[in-house]
Amino acid sequence: MDHEHYSDAYLREVLDGVKTIAMVGASPNWNRPSYFAMKYLQGKGYRVIPVNPAVAGQEILGERVYASLRDIPEKVDMVDIFRNSAAAGPIVDEAIAIGARVVWMQLGVRNDEAAARAEAAGLKVVMNRCPKIEWSRLHGELSWSGVNSGIISSKRAAGAGGWPGVSGGGFSSKRLKKG
Amino acid sequence: MAEQKAPGFETRAIHAGAAPDPTTGARVTPIYQTTSYVFDDVDHAASLFNLQTYGYIYSRLTNPTVSVLEERVANLEGGRGAVACASGHAAQMLAFFAFMEPGDEFLASTKLYGGSITQFGRSFKKFGWNVIFVDPDDPQNFKRALTPKCKAIFVESLANPGGVVTDLEAIAAIAKEAGIPLIVDNTMASPYLCRPIEWGATLVIHSTTKFLSGHGNSMGGIVVDSGKFDWSSSPKFRGLTDPEPAYHGLKFHETFGDLAFTVAGHALGLRDLGAAMAPLNAFLTITGIETLPLRMERHVANSEKVARFLEQHPAVGWVSYAGLESSPYRKLAKKYLPKGAGSVFTFGLKGGYEAGVKLVENVEIFSHLANIGDTRSLIIHPASTTHRQLSDEQKLAAGAGPDVVRVSIGLETADDLIADLDQALKKAA
Ligand SMILES: Cc1ncc(COP(=O)(O)O)c(C=O)c1O
Repeated sequence: MDHEHYSDAYLREVLDGVKTIAMVGASPNWNRPSYFAMKYLQGKGYRVIPVNPAVAGQEILGERVYASLRDIPEKVDMVDIFRNSAAAGPIVDEAIAIGARVVWMQLGVRNDEAAARAEAAGLKVVMNRCPKIEWSRLHGELSWSGVNSGIISSKRAAGAGGWPGVSGGGFSSKRLKKG
Repeated sequence: MAEQKAPGFETRAIHAGAAPDPTTGARVTPIYQTTSYVFDDVDHAASLFNLQTYGYIYSRLTNPTVSVLEERVANLEGGRGAVACASGHAAQMLAFFAFMEPGDEFLASTKLYGGSITQFGRSFKKFGWNVIFVDPDDPQNFKRALTPKCKAIFVESLANPGGVVTDLEAIAAIAKEAGIPLIVDNTMASPYLCRPIEWGATLVIHSTTKFLSGHGNSMGGIVVDSGKFDWSSSPKFRGLTDPEPAYHGLKFHETFGDLAFTVAGHALGLRDLGAAMAPLNAFLTITGIETLPLRMERHVANSEKVARFLEQHPAVGWVSYAGLESSPYRKLAKKYLPKGAGSVFTFGLKGGYEAGVKLVENVEIFSHLANIGDTRSLIIHPASTTHRQLSDEQKLAAGAGPDVVRVSIGLETADDLIADLDQALKKAA
């Protein structure tokens, strides 16, 4: 596994294949990157469970905070690590122990030994990336800010609307809708 | 895991950044002629203003048509992202604005577009940004000129007014050793002929006014970020690493990683400098780029013919075109511009200043004007126009002495261009 470059197909497989994400190092401060990554991922339909011993028992963005991965009573698909590279090691071992399928280390976080242990245990690993940035890049949202998504397509974006015949073709849609 | 085969340059020149419009299915990128965008609710608005989610707020910061152009040029240059703006000069301003503070210095080549020499040497001084000009022909000159306050090196890949090719790889190595970004103005070459990021550039600048839009109809500029510079490697780049009070203490490099420059370029640079690109200009530039490969091929083919004609003309003392075997930059051109040395170059008239003035006044197909990179062929006498504001010494250093004429060879029939110059040269003799 080349951890310098991940193919779009690999990242899509990871992001499409998980539903519940445990975010280790999630911050209750609204102005920290982990807080808004959590908020963004919730907005895209993921369940995000915060892990942070300093605020265990409290809530972040409507979700109860746990002290460690082992305390989470539900099945976790992916562990997203917002801690430094050294701290990531034991967290990866816990992720393996609780049966997670993916370990994701945030921008600036990389621990090759831990990644090798996770891969040996059959987990997928992504390091030094942000799931919020990758999700938005793969779904065309990042292009909104001038980023090179690397995506070439002649297809209209999936899920995009358009109500044929309603206000196209010169017909009045009768009602003016606000917002 | 099989990597998708990367699409070729021509495919990307047409498709990168521009999928069909998600709402209407419109195949050509629409001109989003709007200043602002509705919010879903107050929470959505707050997330957008805090840079916590992606989306459009106000066209001074981002606009969907402009975003397509940004992604397209970033893609063609092999960069991570880009910030488009009102002109090439605005792009230069934006690039430096990201990390320069009063009292800082940077090194710049003496062989630059005259307007850039003036912008750096005079207007940047008002911000306390101090330029040290360096002759680029010996890359070691940059090393010798470095000071602890230097925060960047700026060069043009193929330099305006013409014929000079910069040794990007050697200068990138010096910048890397010094731990500072190399900024390359790639306007004259376009990404079809040269891709500075492949040689180690951190930021690439374009006046999109020129070959990218290509038809002399839209002003514009862009900064492409390679995403490869580690802004946290030294305390020099605080603008990208320190908490930003206007965004609740957000640190751009920590939060956005290799997108830091691109995000800050919009969220700080365009927000506060205000030099946004108009959506119509972005549309015209996107359309222009679709034919960039074809146009550059013909620009180069015509230029080679015209340069060879001029080289053997009795009224012409010398021709400085890196596509000619006689050019001292031939070797560098083969390395950095293997598909051709562009279409802007200079030549010297034996009749000096007077002959130059007469030549530009007597052409009939060439247009006498101050631009380059048009479908039309253009001609100018730099000493009396673009480089007029420079001292005599600066003019000579920039390759714009009194006998110098600059041409930008267009896409007309090459024989017509040659005949036009021939008749005007006779009148100038
Ligand atoms: C090499 C180069 N850089 C920058 C510029 C400035 O661009 P603009 O005129 O779009 O501000 C020019 C314009 O002539 C140029 O030729």
